[in-house]
Amino acid sequence: MTNNPNVLVKISNAGIQKSGKWLVKDVNLEIHRGKIVTIIGPNGSGKSTTAKIVLGLHKKIEGNVQTFTKKISYVPQKVSIDWTLPIRVLDFMVLTEDLKPQEINDALNLTGVDHLISRNLRDLSGGEFQRVLLARAIAKKPELLVLDEPVQGVDFAGEVALYGLIKKISEKLNCGILLISHDLHVVMSATDYVVCLNGHVCCSGTPVDVARDKHYKELFGEKSSQLLSIYEHDHDHVHTADGDIVKDNV
Amino acid sequence: MFDDFLFRALIAGIGIALVTGPLGCFVVWRRLSFFGDTLAHSALLGVLLSVAFDLNISLTIFTVSSLIALLLLRLQKTTNLPSDALLGLLSHSSLAVGLVVLGFLSFIRFDIMGVLFGDILSVNVNDLLSIWIGGAIILLVLWFIWKPLFASTVNYELAEAEGMNPERVNAIFTILLAALIAISIKMVGLLLITGMLIIPTTMARNLSNNPKQMVILSIIGGLLSVFIGLYTSFEINTSSGPTIVVVALILFILSLIGIKKRNYG
Repeated sequence: MTNNPNVLVKISNAGIQKSGKWLVKDVNLEIHRGKIVTIIGPNGSGKSTTAKIVLGLHKKIEGNVQTFTKKISYVPQKVSIDWTLPIRVLDFMVLTEDLKPQEINDALNLTGVDHLISRNLRDLSGGEFQRVLLARAIAKKPELLVLDEPVQGVDFAGEVALYGLIKKISEKLNCGILLISHDLHVVMSATDYVVCLNGHVCCSGTPVDVARDKHYKELFGEKSSQLLSIYEHDHDHVHTADGDIVKDNV
Repeated sequence: MFDDFLFRALIAGIGIALVTGPLGCFVVWRRLSFFGDTLAHSALLGVLLSVAFDLNISLTIFTVSSLIALLLLRLQKTTNLPSDALLGLLSHSSLAVGLVVLGFLSFIRFDIMGVLFGDILSVNVNDLLSIWIGGAIILLVLWFIWKPLFASTVNYELAEAEGMNPERVNAIFTILLAALIAISIKMVGLLLITGMLIIPTTMARNLSNNPKQMVILSIIGGLLSVFIGLYTSFEINTSSGPTIVVVALILFILSLIGIKKRNYG
């Protein structure tokens, strides 16, 4: 048991087997209030599975999962809306919790899609849909926010802006965020802790530590590690300017 | 011109249409049409058991259909067979068992056509009570589970992650469907009850752009089908169940014109 009131989720030695094969194994992870944990890893490395373990969606798991909050928002990797179901952005926003019109508008405004409020979900582009998913998740002001590839299909400028937004949200709501991503170099500035996954935790630590780790280089190649230098340069530059990471990066 | 039995049939039909509208929406959204059929087929067994042992017909159908529904949920968890195969298995085996049991009951005069297609002449005051009381309970329960049920219809894992217990509301919804079949068999018949669930709803889909609107339009579609269908079946002397469903079909075809206009004009 942990007594730290900032811990929202603690998983220890967690793993899950499916027909004799481990999907993920020996994952140790803590999510704290106001901090962002990012999981990176190649396809099939168990990123989404780990997120689902955190959310309690997998029932037969090894190891131990402790959750200390009930205010959870989730952005799944894929949400498909059946044609038979007519549903507007407005209806989707209140899917799991009733919200005031003002709260709905504010959240949509933050992710830049408030003009789409009465559009049908099926008529949105991939990027617009992701922004709506994110808006819905933050509108209910969660304590724990789990984001599975939240910016897929969003253009590069938007991607950087949304990661900046995610960072702001974690500070503003003081909520813990578990972020799944495949592009470390973009999420770095918005991450406190990185877990690099490949069926098991192959390395973890601060973004800079992970990018320098030899396991990370093996997994993603030398090139991805070189991105670090670009990132570090950006980082210095942005901070000397106005402290806003978002605007200068593009 | 409205004889007493026609008035009773009308009251019964209104009660059923009020329930099939909202339930039908969830059946369509969740792709459960075939599931509705399975429950309806199992109702034959319920009817026969109630006749053989002199039990309350609605309660017996409800019990048998609920058991079949829960059996299905259990099988889905424990076997690797796809849902449609399991549904086919349950649907046709319960129908077959029902028909075999019917063979044993040769000493009873039994109107199988009435069970298959519905018989408005036989709707009595007791049936009206079971339709309206049962229907009110179904709608009340649906109102209570609406939010978690709708959320898990949109995305099961999202609903579960955010604490909505989709497994439980799914089971409750299944039992509501069984209850609907129990109260409406006499009126619509077991072969056509899925039609009452699906056709007004698909018509409503063509004309609506949000979930609540679709529910309201499918209720209206169901009511219109009942009004026009009953009147027609009385005038031209056809079976009530099929006539109601044919009217629903015509409304659906008309709604296609609506969707064409919206999409192209």
